[in-house]
Amino acid sequence: MSERKFRQVGTRPIRHDGLDKVTGRAQFGADFSAPGMLWGKVLRSPHAHARIRSIDVSAAIALDGVKAVITGRDFPDVASESQVGGEGATDMRDLALNVMARDKALYHGHPIAAVAATSSRIAEEACAKIAVTWDVLEPVLSLDQALAADAPILHQNARATGDEPLPKGPSNLASRREMGRGDVAKGFAEADVVVEREFTTPMVHQGYIEPHAVLARTGEDGRSVVWCCTQGPFMVRAYSAKVLGLATDMIKVVPTEIGGGFGGKTTVYLEPLAILLSRKSGRPVKMVMTREEVFRATGPTSGTHVRVKMGAKRDGTLTAAEAVLVYEAGAFKGSPVGAGMMTVFAPYKLANVRIEGWDVVVNKPKVAAYRAPGAPMAALATETVMEELAAKLGLDPIDFRLTNAVHEGVQATYGPKYRAIGLIETLKAAKSHAHYRAPLGPNQGRGVACGFWFNAGLSSSANVSINEDGSAVVMSGCPDIGGSRVSLALMAAEELGIPVEHVRPVVVDTESIGYNDLTGGSRVTFATGMAVIEAARDVVKQLCARAAQTWGVELDSVRWEDGQAVASNGAEGKHEPLSLRKLAARASATGGPITGRASLTARGAGPGFATHICDVEVDRETGAVKVLRYTAVQDAGKAVHPSYVEGQMQGGAVQGIGWALNEEYVFDAKGVMQNAGFLDYRIPVASDLPMIDTVIVEVPNPMHPYGVRGVGETPIVPPLAAVANAVQRACGVEIRELPISPPKLLELLENAR
Amino acid sequence: MKLHVVTTVNGEAKEFLCAPEQNLLDALRDELNLTGTKEGCATGDCGACSVIFDGRLVCSCLVLAAEASGRRIETIEGVAHGAELHVLQKKFLEHAALQCGICTPGFIVAAKALLERNPDPSEEETRYWLAGNLCRCTGYDKIIRAVLDTAAELRGETR
Repeated sequence: MSERKFRQVGTRPIRHDGLDKVTGRAQFGADFSAPGMLWGKVLRSPHAHARIRSIDVSAAIALDGVKAVITGRDFPDVASESQVGGEGATDMRDLALNVMARDKALYHGHPIAAVAATSSRIAEEACAKIAVTWDVLEPVLSLDQALAADAPILHQNARATGDEPLPKGPSNLASRREMGRGDVAKGFAEADVVVEREFTTPMVHQGYIEPHAVLARTGEDGRSVVWCCTQGPFMVRAYSAKVLGLATDMIKVVPTEIGGGFGGKTTVYLEPLAILLSRKSGRPVKMVMTREEVFRATGPTSGTHVRVKMGAKRDGTLTAAEAVLVYEAGAFKGSPVGAGMMTVFAPYKLANVRIEGWDVVVNKPKVAAYRAPGAPMAALATETVMEELAAKLGLDPIDFRLTNAVHEGVQATYGPKYRAIGLIETLKAAKSHAHYRAPLGPNQGRGVACGFWFNAGLSSSANVSINEDGSAVVMSGCPDIGGSRVSLALMAAEELGIPVEHVRPVVVDTESIGYNDLTGGSRVTFATGMAVIEAARDVVKQLCARAAQTWGVELDSVRWEDGQAVASNGAEGKHEPLSLRKLAARASATGGPITGRASLTARGAGPGFATHICDVEVDRETGAVKVLRYTAVQDAGKAVHPSYVEGQMQGGAVQGIGWALNEEYVFDAKGVMQNAGFLDYRIPVASDLPMIDTVIVEVPNPMHPYGVRGVGETPIVPPLAAVANAVQRACGVEIRELPISPPKLLELLENAR
Repeated sequence: MKLHVVTTVNGEAKEFLCAPEQNLLDALRDELNLTGTKEGCATGDCGACSVIFDGRLVCSCLVLAAEASGRRIETIEGVAHGAELHVLQKKFLEHAALQCGICTPGFIVAAKALLERNPDPSEEETRYWLAGNLCRCTGYDKIIRAVLDTAAELRGETR
């Protein structure tokens, strides 16, 4: 496979959907409207924790222009049932209660009611007229508070699950699990150096620039069509059907262009509300969140508390590692602590490991997937401890990691044996990079960190159809967030042997293609790509059969080469090659139109590894940290479109830099987020950053026909620690808490004086 | 009571009715159907709604629709000349300077305003000029390269 010479894969064509995006024509979630459309608005809880005694909507309904009002009473009871999506499991009952509160509001911003009216202004006015009487309860706002013996309880009827010891009665601990192998005590006894540290990270948001938006239209037959910006149209269909108690075929979802997701659009918020409002009013209903609503009531990722202990011998060999990860789930169970447990030591060879993970509910928004969910905070702890171990042992940080780096055949700390992986290759590329040897000035420091992400396979369907002129259409059902359409087109072009410009890739609705799991887990180029390759090979097989039929030869006397059928296997030179164009033109006469299809569940998503190098300068007067230089090295397996692989690496690195330096949810004592806007929740801007240098290494994934691995998530895993390690080296303080914002760093610097 | 506004958008005379409190962004999108201008925050922090207002780069979410009366507005829909893309648009495509694309119209409008004032901006000047436009996908690297490359091409230099 590594011998294969690619003609199209690995080139950098202009993406097919690009033209519409640079001209403003591309239609995103909020860009759709329909005749007779109403505007929907959500009334949200003003309390972080409160029992709803009554809701009186009569004044809202009486308002001129109001066409429908819904509350929790309009929704069916949904049974607890776990559904696996692209980024972990979701409990359908929790989902239903998150979409619309019933008896209790569990975070500030939790939906209480929704209104559809002839204008958004009237809908807002109507929301303000809904009278709710509350029993305000004490909010649970921290992990320590949640786990205290006398803590207010979010879910009285829930019981902790997992490994004993577990609390017997009601508790905010949703689950506690353990995993490991070997003898940790013995391992630590063998170590010459042991380092144990604790780290705290705050809730942070995905920060996609496009707020959630939906347009739902329901016909007289009760069937709904939903246009929305989502990572998973089939997920929206399934989840909305569950929440509303409808059959799947009553809902059709048309995915619009999506303005970023990063995992935050792998669940539903507005969609079931818009569907229900449109059913109740008989009119199309459009709902668009404000940025404030996005922050208060959609997906952040967990605030965490992580303790990591690692031991190593004088020669740099790790002997044992132990971790306790405690993650906030938000208002309902289901933090990504499981992924944190599985990734925390994944880059290293360890015989003795013990890992414990706690999933804890608090009165904050329910967390949603965020790019390598759960992994960056775990890696912050491990990679900071690795840095300290290297320093204590007097070893180069990259050499120390190379000594312990996992490779093919090693049993991962999370279970399976690794197939071919590229961690060592990324470490070596980082070490030989000019960046690693560049001189540093005063108050400057360099940090290194590694990162790992599993990558997902899951289910995909794809169709490849041949047009009359020999051009092709590639259909998939996975929304394209960062350039996957051009990657799918490249793979089809590679198989068909036609220029990628003659392949049109499209993302279609839930009634136009077989089932697709959502866009997530870095799975589209890998798994949907695999389906596209299979579908294109199906087309090639049919084309060869048409050629064989035309020539009157056996199928095995036809070979597909460079976009044409060529006689072979004894028939060489006896027939003029038949190009795709010629075969397409004669399709009707040779058996009809040619369409290939493939539906599969992809196995063997190759794990992704990365090594990042970060240089910072610390301003000792202000505590500000400036990133001076940044290099991201990653194994892409095979980079299908290198520009968009680089883009993922750069974007992930910068999200991680923001997480390290600026971003955090700030809550007041009542559980109200104090910085629910882009002014105060500060994501990195262009002037904060240098160019982000990238090095793609390619260790082919043996489980993909081209060697592809997912690349989207891994790059957000190393930067938290790469930045923290650089800051530590620049000014000698110990970083145990994110973000490393100016006031916090200034305090550390003053304490160190 | 709605207000009647007569204005010029991308060189064409336009009129629309708006509520007194309606912002220009909503008027462009909902009254004139120019949905290329995007809303990311509606508080002037993200730049997705960037337009040129009488020659000045503004966030259209911070301008009242009624203020457009008698003014000249330029939006992303007016950046290309007929069927010919502006160099910035070509360079954004060539450099893969977009991933999801929601921020792209704002970046192109803002970058065009930069290059009209400063045909030879440094990387730092470009980064500071575009600091009011948020992109969460790209890390800005390829956007900055696309803008600098555009500037070079418009100056007649080849890189």
